[in-house]
Amino acid sequence: MSTDNFNQYTTEEFEAATRAVLGNIKVTVEPNFGELGVVCDRSDIVSICKILKQDTDISMEYLRSISVVDWVEHMEVVYHLSSIRHMNRIVIKVVVPIEDLKIDSVITVWSGADWHEREGHDLFGVEFVGHPDMSPLILYEGFEGFPGRKSFEIPVQETFYGD
Amino acid sequence: METKATVIRDENSETAELRINMGPQHPATHGVFRMVLTLDGERVVTVEPHIGYLHRGSEKLTEGENFQQITTLFDRLDYISNFNNEWVYVRAVERAMEVEIPERAEFIRIILGELNRIASHFLFYGTYGLDIGAMNPVMIGFRERERIQALFEGVSGARMMHNYFRVGGVKEDLPEGFVPAVYALLEHLKKGYEDARDILTESEIFIERTAGIGALDPEKTLDYGVTGPVLRAAGVDYDIRKADPYSMYSDIDFSVPLGSHGDCYDRYMVRMLEIEQSIKIIEQCVKKLPDGPIQGKVSRILRPPEGDFFVHGENPRGDLGVYLVSSGGTVRPYRLKIRGPSFSNLMALKSMMEGAYLADSTVILGSLDIVLGEVDR
Amino acid sequence: MAIEPGSLSDPNNGKDRLILPEEAKGVWSDIKENRKSGISGVVTLKSEELFAMARKSSLWPLTFGLACCAIEMISTYMPNHDFDRFGVVTWPSPRQSDVMIVAGTVVKKMAEPIKLLYEQMASPKWVIAMGSCATCGGPYVRSYSVVMGVDQIIPVDVYVPGCPPRPEALLGGVMELQDIIQNEPRKKRGL
Repeated sequence: MSTDNFNQYTTEEFEAATRAVLGNIKVTVEPNFGELGVVCDRSDIVSICKILKQDTDISMEYLRSISVVDWVEHMEVVYHLSSIRHMNRIVIKVVVPIEDLKIDSVITVWSGADWHEREGHDLFGVEFVGHPDMSPLILYEGFEGFPGRKSFEIPVQETFYGD
Repeated sequence: METKATVIRDENSETAELRINMGPQHPATHGVFRMVLTLDGERVVTVEPHIGYLHRGSEKLTEGENFQQITTLFDRLDYISNFNNEWVYVRAVERAMEVEIPERAEFIRIILGELNRIASHFLFYGTYGLDIGAMNPVMIGFRERERIQALFEGVSGARMMHNYFRVGGVKEDLPEGFVPAVYALLEHLKKGYEDARDILTESEIFIERTAGIGALDPEKTLDYGVTGPVLRAAGVDYDIRKADPYSMYSDIDFSVPLGSHGDCYDRYMVRMLEIEQSIKIIEQCVKKLPDGPIQGKVSRILRPPEGDFFVHGENPRGDLGVYLVSSGGTVRPYRLKIRGPSFSNLMALKSMMEGAYLADSTVILGSLDIVLGEVDR
Repeated sequence: MAIEPGSLSDPNNGKDRLILPEEAKGVWSDIKENRKSGISGVVTLKSEELFAMARKSSLWPLTFGLACCAIEMISTYMPNHDFDRFGVVTWPSPRQSDVMIVAGTVVKKMAEPIKLLYEQMASPKWVIAMGSCATCGGPYVRSYSVVMGVDQIIPVDVYVPGCPPRPEALLGGVMELQDIIQNEPRKKRGL
């Protein structure tokens, strides 16, 4: 059988080390479907990212992607981090209320957050405070609406079974 | 009579910076990509990349299709390495549904994935030679690609958009005579690879044009999230097939070529050596190919349980990631985010190109080997 | 009005201008025979048809690949399928090209550059829509940012279906375009 699908990227020691390093900040640290999940407040995100990147035992020097998920009553910004030195993974999930779609930008921590945040803004309307340039990236100038949101409807593909 | 040449310098003349547009339609931009360059004489001062000319809304479209139908969308993302894209997507759904895949299917996937990697690198070789100004490489590169595509046509029915991988295995078994055909193909590929290598690798013109150009140090490359051959050329040993093995890669013996300077020549060399390694992998897999079923036990209508899963794989261009959010029990995903390697690789363009000559701008862009389909999705 | 050899208006005075060396008798003497009997390789046709023949034999497309179909288009230029034998050579400048092969999905952001390029091309010009995305939107027909077919922006002469179409299909499309070009003078005359 293959070594694939059921890889676990989190161990008890890693969880304990992460909790120790994050110290006083109000977070919830627990396994999230094979990766270590960190749920935190949106005001703490930059400090958490800095700590996780610079600490030598955790050393999350590779930001994989920043995704935005629209849960209708609120939105979630999900950061996937990975460490190349230790081969560990962390998922940071931050809840952003729909009335106030603002969150601090992590571009000062990783320069690779640049276009991911611009795309999140284009498609969902989330504003990343502190980003130098929020002009449209993949949509044309003057596009109305935010296509990624659930409220922007597009037709559904025909299926002949199931739902 | 002796004439003396004098250099006339006019202190009052000023030159202004020139802003030019290398527009969406350009023979050397590898697709619909637009760069606005600010030049001071021959030197590039700043570069602003503009993307979005191929944004087709694949991520939103997946929310309206069921899990079987999304494979066709993934084919068209990075349209040169179709099998590798499909592979990462079906692995994401298999992880969500915890499906076990039979060995024969795994080996078939590896063989086809590696053949696609060879085809993709031959295309890079051809178009990179064309960017530099050589006409022969593109002919040789495509000659080898045609051979590989003929084999793909025998397996899946199409030269390019295969739609062959399924959740749990592959769609149907290999045709008769596949194994001798692969052996014959590998013989041709080895000769083609030697032809290709002999033209450019030690050519003085090529080395002058690529060595020392567009170098990036390892920390900066990781900071931008660059992966794939560009990262390995800078010296960082990160190949997902070795570092975080999936499928049967941990049973196969191959090495990962690394560069040292991180410049365009190293990126070219890493890709050429990867062709050699892929040939080695395919030879081992064809020997080990067992008999057996090609589909694991999976229900006909796919309804993954609730959860979110991030699965990644080593594409020829880097680390393709799929973030699947499933709200439990539905036939369609709730959210599917695609992390394209060329999207992150392209972010590093600014720091590579600033300060370079205008004539080197196409060389640097070509060495990144971007495909606009996965930049814009 | 035929010229009789030996008559006053014959400039050669009855002698043959073509002097053959001894070794070439086999081939050239056939031609001489043919020339005497009147089959000398002269074609008579209307000038419009001649110009149409010239245009169809040397179509230069603009280097314009948008998406996946561009890879199959490049394969058609390569020696395995060889577009060059049809006289088709890719040319980067719109001012000097004859045909625009729109290969790939047309996205709304790209619609204006396509229109600009089409307007820059000099007449006579033609457009081939290659692939389903350029024909009708293709697999992205439900998307919010795709133009459903390039014929919403520019007039199209030949549609080549497929996703992506095989190189042979694109060759067939170009041959279809060549037929259209050849028949244009007749169409103008209402035949």
